[in-house]
Amino acid sequence: MENEKKMYDLIIIGAGPAGLGASIYASRYKLDHIVIGNEIGGQVVEASEIENWAGEVSIPGKTLMEKFEHHARHFGVKIIQSDVSSVAKAEEGFEIMAGGEKYLAKSLILALGMKPRKMNVQGEDKFVGKGVSYCATCDAMFFREKDVVVIGGGDAAATAAIHLTEFAKSVKLVYRDAYNWEPSWDEQIEKSGKIEKIKMNSVKEISGDAKVSGIVLDVDGQEKKIDVQGVFIEVGTTPGVAIAQGLGVALDEQSYIVVDQTQATNVENVYAAGDVTTGSNKFRQIITAVAEGAVAAGSIYKKLKINKK
Amino acid sequence: MEVTFTDANFDQEVIKSEKITLVDFWAPWCGPCQMMGPIIEELAKEVGDKFKVGKLNVDENPETSQKYGIMSIPAIKIFKGGEVVKEFVGVQDKDSLKNELESL
Repeated sequence: MENEKKMYDLIIIGAGPAGLGASIYASRYKLDHIVIGNEIGGQVVEASEIENWAGEVSIPGKTLMEKFEHHARHFGVKIIQSDVSSVAKAEEGFEIMAGGEKYLAKSLILALGMKPRKMNVQGEDKFVGKGVSYCATCDAMFFREKDVVVIGGGDAAATAAIHLTEFAKSVKLVYRDAYNWEPSWDEQIEKSGKIEKIKMNSVKEISGDAKVSGIVLDVDGQEKKIDVQGVFIEVGTTPGVAIAQGLGVALDEQSYIVVDQTQATNVENVYAAGDVTTGSNKFRQIITAVAEGAVAAGSIYKKLKINKK
Repeated sequence: MEVTFTDANFDQEVIKSEKITLVDFWAPWCGPCQMMGPIIEELAKEVGDKFKVGKLNVDENPETSQKYGIMSIPAIKIFKGGEVVKEFVGVQDKDSLKNELESL
């Protein structure tokens, strides 16, 4: 097969902001590359509104990422929509298996992104698809005129709650100890008139019979039961590093890929970009992911091309 | 070939189907559903005539979505003899879906 012989300059694993941003720069540098990722747009496609991407006052996450994809494809990159099953060092460069095909490259950018974190409370697994959801933009419409809670204290939780007000009868936004979403979201939370913020110590249980009918919280040491039909879990994310481990890439104590200022990992010719890295003060924003992707592509260009001239 | 299921053809194409049938419940606004789309297309191609595989747009077909209690998408249900025999929520990979079909 053609793919089994071709040695790319670069393969970018991940098709979110970091991966697509890296691809745009790699194309400008004429690095012969492909992008392999299971979700074009990454986590951003689940965000209802993005209001901190320069040049767009407010844009749905999915629309923004369609623009990214269009931009990357405009320069001719091939994006392979598939899970990567393995990455290994080969005799020369790296060997990647994806969708039953083998691909070879001299260098890699790991733009692996993050996975939603579970709460691991009683009832969570049992009611997935029966009232428990990890994607408000996907599932909000099924909760028309219902009472729902959103659990979490970050931007994803705030935007999920705001999005849900368009559908649900009432939205309770439940966070542990303190919230850290952008203060700008507070205005929209207030304006909606439908969101009640509740500070709690922990979630004790998601209850119900065939479907979710309630949630039990620990609020100031007291059990508080709230009747709801929907529980949206936005308690953060963890790095999706499973495939990086086979390469011997160093991780920090929280499993982020350790990178230097050039986005290089400890493994030669393996770079990483985006939320999955220790870079950008772990800010984990679209703008920092794109920037890290750009830096990684630039670093690879310097290493593979300029130094060889 | 992938089939498009609707409220109108669901009974004929799924419930009365002689073949085991896999239905992917999806919507255009759902990011993870976009990820599932090509997987379903590939799966439909690979299984050929052995199984029926297709998608149902929940936005355009509320009746069927309600009947099967869809509250999270993508949702995948496998029907045999008119009954749901397996169901999954969230993105699934092609090989595991194929194995599930083969095991029935």
